[in-house]
Amino acid sequence: MRDVKLHAGIPVKPVYGPEDLAGRDVEADVGRPGEYPFTRGIHPAMYRERLWTMRQYIGFGTPAETNGRFKYLMAHGQDALNVAFDLPTQLGLDSDDPRAEGEVGRVGMAVDTLADMEEAFAGIPLDRVSVSLTINGMAAPITAMYYAVAERQGAPAERVVTTPQNDILKEFVARGTWVYPVEPSLRLVADLIEFSARHYPRSNPVSVCGYHIREAGCTTAQEMAYGLCIAAAYVELMLARGMAVDDFAPRLSFNFTCWGKIFEEVAKFRAGRRLYARMMRERFGAANPKSWMFRSLIGGGGSAFTAQEPENNIVRGAYIALAAALSGAQTMALPTYDEAYTIPSAKAQLIALRTMQICAEESGAADTADPLGGSYYVEALTNAMEERIVAEMTAVERMGGIVEAVKTGAIQAEVARQAYLYEQALATGAVPKVAMNCHVGDGASESERELELYAFDAKVADAQLARLARVRRERDGRAVTAALRRLTEEARGSTNLMPAILECVKAYATLGEINRAMKDVFGEHKEPVKF
Amino acid sequence: MKVLIAKPGLDGHDRGAKVVAQALRDAGLEVVYTGLKRTPQEIVQEAIQEDVDVVGLSILSGAHLLLTRRVIEGLRAAGADDIDVVVGGTIPPRDIAALKDVGASAVFPMGTALSDVVAGFQTQTRPRGGHDA
Repeated sequence: MRDVKLHAGIPVKPVYGPEDLAGRDVEADVGRPGEYPFTRGIHPAMYRERLWTMRQYIGFGTPAETNGRFKYLMAHGQDALNVAFDLPTQLGLDSDDPRAEGEVGRVGMAVDTLADMEEAFAGIPLDRVSVSLTINGMAAPITAMYYAVAERQGAPAERVVTTPQNDILKEFVARGTWVYPVEPSLRLVADLIEFSARHYPRSNPVSVCGYHIREAGCTTAQEMAYGLCIAAAYVELMLARGMAVDDFAPRLSFNFTCWGKIFEEVAKFRAGRRLYARMMRERFGAANPKSWMFRSLIGGGGSAFTAQEPENNIVRGAYIALAAALSGAQTMALPTYDEAYTIPSAKAQLIALRTMQICAEESGAADTADPLGGSYYVEALTNAMEERIVAEMTAVERMGGIVEAVKTGAIQAEVARQAYLYEQALATGAVPKVAMNCHVGDGASESERELELYAFDAKVADAQLARLARVRRERDGRAVTAALRRLTEEARGSTNLMPAILECVKAYATLGEINRAMKDVFGEHKEPVKF
Repeated sequence: MKVLIAKPGLDGHDRGAKVVAQALRDAGLEVVYTGLKRTPQEIVQEAIQEDVDVVGLSILSGAHLLLTRRVIEGLRAAGADDIDVVVGGTIPPRDIAALKDVGASAVFPMGTALSDVVAGFQTQTRPRGGHDA
């Protein structure tokens, strides 16, 4: 009989039974949906009360183009937005910065000033639509722009629901949109959490991500372990500011990936919810049940897809959607079948949305809470996964904690090592991928075939540059200078920078100017290069 | 044989770069990795300073045509056009020929087997100042 081992290193037996749960307090470990420790999900009736939110990651070109695609998906039943920004925006470079050449509007929407955010959300009521902003190093200024747009639309602050990603620690591990050194970067994360908790009670000012770390190569257990370590680091940061845990913890949210190995993913999320609930209640003393709940976007991972025979990725996406539903996702997003080639075409985006809708409406996965609960295999696997996650969290402690591990590059090196191990497992076929390392067909003719791919329009940059020049011309230069000076001064001290950033934003200071005002004080991160 | 694995532009995805760097090292090549977000000029300087035979650019942002051209032009301008440039990343099929037109000697789009990437580097790599340079 062949051996089966999961990505987390857990061996799988051919059959499971009651003996696999012997000695465990099943009632305490598993409980009921909507009850501590939330192994079975955070709501008593899960999708019978409220289906997961469908939130495809979208953004490209100019704000006007992105606005058009938002409206297209909303017209097809998508109920929330997830904004992709281009790389210059994510790194705080204006579109006319020499380093932005060739990258403006390429992998997301270009934003230079508040005028761009106003245009991106024109006709989209921000008191009713919830919007995720995939922004980290520049989370504070971009979220400030979002709050300013909502205010100008007349949306009351208490009705604004936005989730800036704002998870800088994982950017140092994977994804790489860091700008400042670790400590001032953490200060900005905390400033945004604190400001939002006080003024925008329904915003989720951080989305702690295991997603990108797993997509960069780590295992399922490491993904959850690193995410929980990062969450704990942010909690400690806020406690150190004198906030009470229940003042901000109910709005902490998560973003994790999900591949098509269904039961491993389900066990990862069930174990993660349990560990998070216990950590928040027992370690941090949270008393509000909402502070114990691991609320997560589960986004399918593009790394699970293949370049070979890309249409097969539609099928992989369907299994991922099923796994995410069975895992108890609050929000779902899927990669598109053309991910290996470029950013998604409109057709590929629509197929991804339809896949989630078919899962929701036709598959039965949404009919009852945690349909896999009580399965000998799933409960035993959840327990085994919990042990692995705890072991990985202990390994982080041995590196000196997550913040230290990020500074030294120890964690980046471990993720790279795991990525290489996984690649070798693909090469040997230990991890099977149909049409890539098994059941390989006529690959040559397949790769010759042209997909209908998104084509980048280089004129986008010209339009964006013209827009930026116009804003610079028309704004009140003295107000901009004064606001930027205030920001630099406050960056030298320790006050919350959000009010100063908001003043800059409302004066139409550019993102690049705001970034520079802070960089003059904070300096730049030096990457510990290890592989 | 010595190679520089480089991340030009603003793209922060380094999984592929680090996997290829490890595979090349295991294959017996000497590997230097630049880290993220290097400008083409910085990459040219590092390639010359480290005296590498091949530069491997990893680009997943879509800006591969411009960035590859800038690196190759920079090497030429510095009189270092005996250093080969190969490119990997998120590259749509229609751009492979265009990358070769600007002077890339090999292109490894998504889906290329790791062993093929390693072999690709090894065939690019030739003794510096050799007869075919």
